[in-house]
Amino acid sequence: MAEAFRIRGAGRIEGARGVRFSFDGQSYRGIEGDTLASALLANGVHLVGRSFKYHRPRGIVSAGAEEPNALVGIRRDRSRQTPNVRATVQEVYDGLVAISQNRWPSLAFDVGAVNDLASPFFSAGFYYKTFMWPKAAWERFYEPFIRRAAGLGVAPDRADADCYSNRFAHCDVLVVGGGAAGLAAALAASDAGASVILADEQAETGGALRGEKTALVDGKSAWEWAKEATETLAQRANVRILTRTTAFGYYAQNMVALSERRTDHLAEPPTDMPRERLWQVRAARVVLATGAIERPMVFPGNDRPGVMLASAARCYLNHYGVAVGRRVGVYTAEDSAWQAAFDLKGAGIDVSAIVDSRPSPPEDFVERATALGIECLTGHAVTGTSGRLRISSLKARRIGGTAIRDIACDALLTSSGWTPSVHLFSQSRGKLVFDADSQRFLPGEGPQDCISAGACAGALSLAEAVEQGFRAGAAASGKRRRKPVPMVTEGASWSEGTLGPAEDAGTGAFAKAFVDFQNDVTAKDIAQAVREGMRSIEHVKRFTTTGMATDQGKTSNMHGLAIAAGILRKPIPEVGLTTFRAPYTPVTFGALAGHARGALFEPVRRTPIHDWAKMQGAVFEDVGQWKRARYFPQDGEDMHGAVARECRTVRESAGVFDASTLGKIEVTGPDAAAFLEMIYTNPWSKLAVGRCRYGVMLREDGFIFDDGVVGRLAEDRFHVTTTTGGAPRVLHHMEDYLQTEFPQMRVYLTSTTEQWAVIAVQGPKSRDIIAPLVEGVDLSDATMPHMSVREGKVCGVPARIFRMSFTGERGFEINVPADFGRAVWEEIFAEAQKTGACAYGTEAMHVLRAEKGYIIVGQDTDGTVTPHDVGLAWAIGKNKTDFVGMRGLMRSDLAAGGRKQLVGLKTIDPRTVLEEGAQIVADPNEPVPMTMIGHVTSAYWSENCGRSIALALLKDGASRIGERLFVPMPDGAVNVEVCRPVFFDEEGGRLHG
Amino acid sequence: MLLIHCPYCGEARPELEFRHAGEAHVARPVGADVGDEDFEAFLFLRANPKGIVFERWRHIHGCGRFFNAARDTVSDRFLVTYKAGDKAPADIEGGRV
Repeated sequence: MAEAFRIRGAGRIEGARGVRFSFDGQSYRGIEGDTLASALLANGVHLVGRSFKYHRPRGIVSAGAEEPNALVGIRRDRSRQTPNVRATVQEVYDGLVAISQNRWPSLAFDVGAVNDLASPFFSAGFYYKTFMWPKAAWERFYEPFIRRAAGLGVAPDRADADCYSNRFAHCDVLVVGGGAAGLAAALAASDAGASVILADEQAETGGALRGEKTALVDGKSAWEWAKEATETLAQRANVRILTRTTAFGYYAQNMVALSERRTDHLAEPPTDMPRERLWQVRAARVVLATGAIERPMVFPGNDRPGVMLASAARCYLNHYGVAVGRRVGVYTAEDSAWQAAFDLKGAGIDVSAIVDSRPSPPEDFVERATALGIECLTGHAVTGTSGRLRISSLKARRIGGTAIRDIACDALLTSSGWTPSVHLFSQSRGKLVFDADSQRFLPGEGPQDCISAGACAGALSLAEAVEQGFRAGAAASGKRRRKPVPMVTEGASWSEGTLGPAEDAGTGAFAKAFVDFQNDVTAKDIAQAVREGMRSIEHVKRFTTTGMATDQGKTSNMHGLAIAAGILRKPIPEVGLTTFRAPYTPVTFGALAGHARGALFEPVRRTPIHDWAKMQGAVFEDVGQWKRARYFPQDGEDMHGAVARECRTVRESAGVFDASTLGKIEVTGPDAAAFLEMIYTNPWSKLAVGRCRYGVMLREDGFIFDDGVVGRLAEDRFHVTTTTGGAPRVLHHMEDYLQTEFPQMRVYLTSTTEQWAVIAVQGPKSRDIIAPLVEGVDLSDATMPHMSVREGKVCGVPARIFRMSFTGERGFEINVPADFGRAVWEEIFAEAQKTGACAYGTEAMHVLRAEKGYIIVGQDTDGTVTPHDVGLAWAIGKNKTDFVGMRGLMRSDLAAGGRKQLVGLKTIDPRTVLEEGAQIVADPNEPVPMTMIGHVTSAYWSENCGRSIALALLKDGASRIGERLFVPMPDGAVNVEVCRPVFFDEEGGRLHG
Repeated sequence: MLLIHCPYCGEARPELEFRHAGEAHVARPVGADVGDEDFEAFLFLRANPKGIVFERWRHIHGCGRFFNAARDTVSDRFLVTYKAGDKAPADIEGGRV
């Protein structure tokens, strides 16, 4: 298909390579350098989408990032599909596939358009009112309906196949925006020697000069000046230019986040190139040269395809060589739109009329238009448009008059003025000041080292913008400016415009004058919101959803605000301005995640014995970042069978367990014992060298924080163990007290978790297993009783041997340097096999400890449990005068009755295993909500007890032993009997051999 | 992301290296005979002002030291950082010590 609307001799991309692309299955031609929007317009395509709520046909409104309407899906393959891409930003490449959104069955015929006829039912806030009753309809009808209707594009159904990267950068001056002001700023700053990063969201620098044709800078065409300036900058070693790069977030202390799009414009991206790159730039100073965004006029029928911003039409003509129509009308309230009409007329396009709501626009404009044969309707308004999928005529009426003229056109350019892009300045926590004369919010005082320059700072001409930019760049460099400011002649200028509704925007039952195109919010909706009591713009916004679409109201917010202010008869600043939030334009999750995906999302920690366990066919579970062997199935065993066998074997013979993940902290120094006295509830000073003790650690509030066995290796040296998950926070906690509460203590804390591999050998045969491998330590019960620690050698490797138990059996935990862990493990395992012992995993470990009623902090406790609650009052040193949590334990609520206490539960049917987390009640027939008196914290099948066992926290549990209670479950309450939380070897004889 | 000057390392480093550690200059009462009100003040009551706060930070992925800082919660600016145990500077604009 020929590009019927490409104008020979116009634009700057003429002569570039041709490309083919498709839109909704139809193949089109474009030119390299086109955006999807310019290429579609070159083929006469305006209709590109359907609106969100009413499914109205919509066309291309802008030529830039502010685009509210032209959102399409871009598909490379099944795992590379991007919804809601702005056609005005997407560059075409050979083979690009784009599809329209939010329509069925087709863009031209969309069944959903029935919503448009039903629009009186979809007024502002309709979903707050409509979906209230009947209650039962919510789940069945309303929610599925809303879910189906919500959103515009379709999310891809496969994982993103692209990669993303991120970089940190530092510079003296970050210039955001590569238009005239930004280029001037970068020139001035880099000229003075400052390191400069210049970021621009477009494919090339130049900004609004893309649409400029007549202006001259330093005697050259403004575009040529921009290209030369860019060339100059590119050759400077102290300048980095980032194009296709959006500064989307401005954070504390001049940290600006940039998203650089690297491959979205390439037909065949190199496979090793990241699709996007996230830059986190820390700049000494920031120059914001973000320009201004043109606003459309708000009038009935202003959303018909073919109605677009005047600046966009100018840009499409002067840069892309594309005429947006053959017979173009203009409706404006400010100066710059007139230039669009002149440019189009100059390119041979018929301009049917310029309608200006101002009674007397500048006389020279009117004269020039008249001379060009363009009809000027000043003091007039456009009060409607016609056409189904494209505008066919506009209806003009003298303001105050009644006669309506129907003027044929196939495009209508509108402009009501320019809104400075103060988004980033506002994000920097800068204060915006409303300038009542020009009806604009402009940058005021800001807390960060940041200068706004150009149209975003209120400049009203190209000359002013360039001068502001140049001065800002020089100032930001911190050096004296040496070169003269680039001289603008024949400069473009733009004027203040109008805010709020134009003529007839608020009348007629079916007249729709759109403010927010993307969310289908009309002037009437905003008026209705105010009528229904919304007084602040923040409420109006949420009630009508104006400005809440993906474009965040770039073209609409000021109109919405002005409409609300007008009805409230308040000045605009009193109605408020909604907050500007990052990101400026949508940012992909890929860019934010960067490399932190899949295996790189979080480090995986493996013990030295991991590979051995893997070879044995162990099934692993995640415990924090650790992979731990959960059980070792043999001969087709399921988990239940394997765990039962492992539990039985440990108590009959012995088991070998990889405890390397236990947190380990070496506490040394002359005051080590005194320090531990403060950190733990237990006494330590009298613990003999060579002995160990189970310690309980509290927070200041008196609740259990962590626990573990601590061995005393020397007067001034302790080997502290913590829970697997608790190691970092325990070290942090200890460091905190050591550094800030007890800085006088001479104590040194060293994390040794990964330095030691820990091999637990537990069971009646444990000593027989390790004895042949141990040198220099007498393992007999008499010299090395339960809870002692020795240093010696195991398999010739230096080792710390703890006699301790988390199973209730005689047990040893052998610590060897991690590098020897696997070798020592294999030798111990070989010995173990001779006695019929086995390797066991974390699941058996859990069952074995529960049989003995040993708690796991974080499973049987939840941060609101005291030592008294779980039967550990014995671990509190009776003669201590202070420790962390001591005063907390004396709080009245912790000492009062009625607290939940640790108990055991036996199901009356011994085969029923309770569910962890299940609630306990006294009366299962009580109506819901029942009185809950406790909950199950641990529950297992115990092969050794031949029945199910459970631990629970139960209100006044200690005094309820023997009571029958109930655990309600979906298929009926389970009867349980409360018992002491020890199910096996209650006397503890096995511990001692 | 904030830039935080570690008074032990003597340089400003990105916030990623630090961990916030609550309000500064909350004295820990010693012993069992602390009255309920004093203990309540220590355990539960924090100033949380709009404006200048004194707070603790730890350079956890750096030197590991705890230190104190005065920060303006309105602008998010750090006014000063100083070592643990040092007194809060008295001359901070709008500050209370």
